[in-house]
Amino acid sequence: MTGLLEISQLAKRFEVGGKRLLYAVDEVTFTIGKGETVGLVGESGCGKSTLVRLINRLLDPTSGSIRLGDTDLAAIRASGFAGNTNRRRVQMVFQDAGDSLNPRFTAFHAIADPLRRLKSLSGVALTARVEALADMTGLPRTLLTRFPHQLSGGQKARVGIARAIAVEPELLILDEPTAALDVSVQVVILQLLQTLKRELGMSYLFVSHDLNVVRLLCDRVLVMYLGKIVEAGPASEVFADAKHPYTRALISAIPQADPDKRVGRLRLGGEPRSPIDPDPKVCRFYGRCPTGEPRCAEQMPALRDVGPDRQVACHFA
Amino acid sequence: MSAIPALAVDNLSVEFRTRSGIVKVLEHVSFSVGKGETIALVGESGSGKSVTAFAVMGILDAAGKVTSGTAMFGGSDLLKQSERDLAELRGRELSMIFQNPRTALNPIRRVGQQIADVLVRHGGATRADAPKLAIEMLKKVRIPDPERRAEAYPFEMSGGMCQRIMIAIALACRPALLIADEPTTGLDVTTQAVIMDLIGELGRDSGMATIFITHDLALAAEYCDRIVVMHAGHIVESAPSQTLFADPRHPYTAKLLAATPGETASLAELVSIPGNLPDLRREDLPACRYSGRCERLVGRCAEPLPHQTIGDRHGIACWNPL
Repeated sequence: MTGLLEISQLAKRFEVGGKRLLYAVDEVTFTIGKGETVGLVGESGCGKSTLVRLINRLLDPTSGSIRLGDTDLAAIRASGFAGNTNRRRVQMVFQDAGDSLNPRFTAFHAIADPLRRLKSLSGVALTARVEALADMTGLPRTLLTRFPHQLSGGQKARVGIARAIAVEPELLILDEPTAALDVSVQVVILQLLQTLKRELGMSYLFVSHDLNVVRLLCDRVLVMYLGKIVEAGPASEVFADAKHPYTRALISAIPQADPDKRVGRLRLGGEPRSPIDPDPKVCRFYGRCPTGEPRCAEQMPALRDVGPDRQVACHFA
Repeated sequence: MSAIPALAVDNLSVEFRTRSGIVKVLEHVSFSVGKGETIALVGESGSGKSVTAFAVMGILDAAGKVTSGTAMFGGSDLLKQSERDLAELRGRELSMIFQNPRTALNPIRRVGQQIADVLVRHGGATRADAPKLAIEMLKKVRIPDPERRAEAYPFEMSGGMCQRIMIAIALACRPALLIADEPTTGLDVTTQAVIMDLIGELGRDSGMATIFITHDLALAAEYCDRIVVMHAGHIVESAPSQTLFADPRHPYTAKLLAATPGETASLAELVSIPGNLPDLRREDLPACRYSGRCERLVGRCAEPLPHQTIGDRHGIACWNPL
């Protein structure tokens, strides 16, 4: 697969007073292929959102590069990115469509806004394009005159998607797009996303808490823990045979209706280590890890290859 | 499972007055939960799960009105209690955990004090003893370094930690009934597992009855003895968790299971539920509120809903079950 997005040694450290640094994203490297769906999982505070905001160019990285095709997006400052020609190439669908849509914009206006700004469309061409997008995302055209509060959760999700794909991005970042939806609506939206990806040839970076959804939608999965990628690989393989103890704990935590599948599950005790000025020698998972040997406190395990297209950062994998 | 129910709700109906008409939010809702038993109320948004809990707790919005039914708890009907008597019961006999612990906790009071407050108000503790007892509770919900954590404010704690505080407050006076309204929504899956284990364990130890409200069927099946499925203010099916998963009989339950990403191999296998909830303001609501979305309609579906029980405590409200 040819690479679309190449992230190399990307880091973001926030100053938190007294010269102390919070390592939100710590020298992360990965690629997303053309037409590929990559899932990003990890608990709150692990740096998923910061990573997404770096790639989406809403935040400036401390170091590292973000190559999209031939362009290094990291070289463009976040403050000027909205007017940059590359803005069109990376778009985002936000978590709660209810909160991320302007309450004073109708559905039409919400979808038309990026088209006006980034594609300079107007008049009949604009209307035609908005209607085509409504059709593509399964939003009845009659609803285009409505405001967000007059739309259901599923309809708002469709507006959020239509607006993001309006300018034909190459990379679409989806931040828990179905977290606020009921299961019956979630199915429809997930299936819509899969169809759109096939038809429009986009790549997806899919951030989610719901591992069952990640398993079904994603080709590859990245597991993050405290700013580091701890495991990466094809979704089917990672779910069938997780190598990193944190990934195993994540999968163990998926609720199981079938009691036979609940045996031998791993429960995590304790709290995560502090991301502020972490000891560069100690594995970030040390202290919560059921293995945790002295070596883990002396040498930080690097992300290494453990098979074709599979990587893990653990001494014991 | 016990034969004596801790709470028995019978024929509960609730209406809300709104500017655009009367909304029949709950209709003839009946269920019970035994001592030491954990049941789940599951359903999509708008199905009436939370309203059921609020009605039982006596904390319905002013626009809501109980139009029929009883909720028997320890020999008396909660729906007929005075506000003063209910206030005595809540916190001591009846407890509730809310969805978002951060907004449910007092942001400007130390968490240890918040637990102590409940112990003084409802648990008969003295102001002098309460802080020590509060620290005991923090130990029980496994908060590390409880002496120091008791001095923290909610904003200094993670979401999972705040939810543990909520649980400590809810369980401080050893209630007979706990209602947990989506206690883990918004928490990480790893934290969710730990919190659910904790509620289950503490409930079993004290013989507490638990009503667990969720939209996550797999979560309900893992942690609850029985599942009660709600749709548009009706209970459509109730059964022991394993039975419900293995052998759903109401068409809505079957659809809900088919839409849940669990063991399915691909996205294409998941099936959505056609249609929407009916408008509960309608004068002419059909007897079966699922009939507008159902693929198994028969002539009798217009008649008042049957409530039948098959096998081992498996109840269905449907004329043409699977």
